[in-house]
Amino acid sequence: MAVTLTENAAAHVKRHLARRGKGVGLRVGVRTSGCSGLAYRLEYADAVNPDDLEFESHGVKVVVDAKSLPYLDGTELDYAREGLNEGFRFRNPNVKDQCGCGESFNV
Amino acid sequence: MALLQIAEPEAASGPREPRRAVGIDLGTTNSLVATVCDGVPRALPDEEGRVLLPSIVRYLPGGGVQVGYEAQAHQGDDPKNTIASVKRLMGRGLKDVARSGNAPYDFVDAPGMVQLRTVAGVKSPVEVSAEILRVLRLRAERALGGPLAGAVVTVPAYFDDAQRQATRDAARLAGLEVLRLLNEPTAAAVAYGLENAAEGVYAVFDLGGGTFDFSVLRLARGVFEVLATAGDAALGGDDFDLRIARWALAQAGLGEPAAKDARRLVLAARAAKERLAQQDETPLVCELADGRRLERVLSRATFERLTADLVDRTLAPVARALRDAGLSPADVKGVVMVGGATRMRHVQRAVAEFFGRAPLNDLDPDQVVALGAAMQANVLAGNRPAGEDWLLLDVIPLSLGIETMGGLVERIIPRNSAIPTARAQEFTTFKDGQTAMSIHVVQGERELVADCRSLARFELRGIPPMPAGAARVRVTFQVDADGLLSVSAREKSSGVEASVAVKPSYGLTESDIERMLRDSVEHAREDAQARALAEARVEGERLAAAVRAAIAADGALLAADERAELERLLAHLDAALPGADTAAIRRAADALNRASEPFAARRMDAAVRRALAGRSLADLDV
Ligand SMILES: Nc1ncnc2c1ncn2[C@@H]1O[C@H](COP(=O)(O)OP(=O)(O)O)[C@@H](O)[C@H]1O
Ligand SMILES: [Mg+2]
Repeated sequence: MAVTLTENAAAHVKRHLARRGKGVGLRVGVRTSGCSGLAYRLEYADAVNPDDLEFESHGVKVVVDAKSLPYLDGTELDYAREGLNEGFRFRNPNVKDQCGCGESFNV
Repeated sequence: MALLQIAEPEAASGPREPRRAVGIDLGTTNSLVATVCDGVPRALPDEEGRVLLPSIVRYLPGGGVQVGYEAQAHQGDDPKNTIASVKRLMGRGLKDVARSGNAPYDFVDAPGMVQLRTVAGVKSPVEVSAEILRVLRLRAERALGGPLAGAVVTVPAYFDDAQRQATRDAARLAGLEVLRLLNEPTAAAVAYGLENAAEGVYAVFDLGGGTFDFSVLRLARGVFEVLATAGDAALGGDDFDLRIARWALAQAGLGEPAAKDARRLVLAARAAKERLAQQDETPLVCELADGRRLERVLSRATFERLTADLVDRTLAPVARALRDAGLSPADVKGVVMVGGATRMRHVQRAVAEFFGRAPLNDLDPDQVVALGAAMQANVLAGNRPAGEDWLLLDVIPLSLGIETMGGLVERIIPRNSAIPTARAQEFTTFKDGQTAMSIHVVQGERELVADCRSLARFELRGIPPMPAGAARVRVTFQVDADGLLSVSAREKSSGVEASVAVKPSYGLTESDIERMLRDSVEHAREDAQARALAEARVEGERLAAAVRAAIAADGALLAADERAELERLLAHLDAALPGADTAAIRRAADALNRASEPFAARRMDAAVRRALAGRSLADLDV
């Protein structure tokens, strides 16, 4: 049971956290939305809640709420550049079906 | 897939949610809902992964309702409470329904629309349809994670106002905000036109469960123009099922079955028919109420022989629509197959033979209407970036023309002409000595000025006095690349000119255009009749005025009995003119016209002699 970051992704998270000046780590979760059902949440974590699970990856604390974990288990977060855009990409082995925009998915 | 950024914890909602809008194909046999996600339309499945929802509603004694497959399973054992093909009843009175025959329901006559007596009370077709739409709404809300911004619901092109209104009411009753009702062939064209961006004349061949609808469309740069439609509101896959059922009964030596058995047998027949799209032969098995078992093997060859005339029946409207559009089968670049029944091999073959080309079926024929509706809904909900939400950029969205006598529109630049463009047409004066001509520029597809949009009016003055019909006024419409229209008029013999510049699309929203186009299709026949009447009146008035003027000027050329006869026919025409009987006006005018021919010839001779007396031939602008 884990959600991990690539080294590159971890470096970016650290840089973002340092620039922000606060936060204990990165919060990853899912919410319902979009055309195929679920969408990712990617936020700064300012606190760890009782029903959260914590993972450590390349020196970054990754926080996942218990409800989201079944949808995210085994996910690796990468940092990528596509044309002019840069950002985090989810490699989620649970995804069966993904909407065209990649913003939402089904498991 | 999208690249995500880390958000502040509060901003849990993430990027702006697109407004969730759906397209719904409310079919006679099957209904479905689709939506667009990031530009890609897709049908939304139920929890079991099924996209189609049989359009069947069953009412239960306790007030419960079953919709779809659940209801379909009881069609055989609870026919009176299990309502299928309710779309046929939408906006229909008992009389319309009675004609269509063998439905096993308890119809209740009601003002406006027929109703159905069920175990849960009397239901209107609107309520029954709303049950179907409600299931689709819930399915979409679950899939999209929230309430819907709105829906585009499709209707057959031939639906009249009552049927459209009933559909709209049903959607509202189901808790849907109706963004627009869209014609089914138009939705199919949207799906194909925008997906494949293929230009040219296309036909949409839609054979569903209970209806056949054929349309000829022109697609150009994502813009479609409906050239003609035709169809048969009482022909569909159901008729093929009935043929098989009847054949099976005859084979088994059985007579008319009980209603229960008939339903079951028809269901078995339908399943067999659908299998024959893949298989050369298939078993047809049906348990009868008395415990007997009807068992036959149906080959595709037999099936095709049993139903060949039904396939032929689709070709008559096809030929009619092509004739209306002034096209031959070879002009059609592709035939879009819509409706589950177009999967039948002999239907595909007949269409291929008729058009001399294989029909298009890249999109699922069950889904194509809903997919197009979803794309339309997406645009209407404002989910397309500016610039892409407007498709009619480089063609004229609605025809441009001028008003002629009798409040009729003479089209000068037809809709969907590419711009820049210029077209000219010649007009003449209506009255003797007319020195000015009022030019009224209008936009729209309807035949009467009153039903079109007025863009500008201007006057051409200084026309030298001439007999009616002698002036030659050339009216030129010019539309530049920005869509700016300028209209000029020039009288040829004198050279007098006048012009005006107008912006044709000013103030016309996409929905205005859509409405005007829809109106033109819906009112095509009515308009043609109105036009014929208005034309007959104008002709009649023109003729009466001309004959009166001639009698006043050259009455001396007439014998007394000739004059009396003309007066009699004039009075006859005067009496007919205010009426609404186009044929009577034409007959009266024809009679007057024939009777006045010798007189006109004599006058012409006299006029020519007079004219030539003072002029040389070179002066005559002939
Ligand atoms: N594979 C198939 N072969 C023949 N007919 C089919 C097949 N699949 C579906 N159909 C027929 O298509 C019809 C329903 O088409 P559909 O487009 O859903 O209708 P509607 O628009 O009237 O709701 C039914 O008569 C059904 O039996
Ligand atoms: Mg249909």
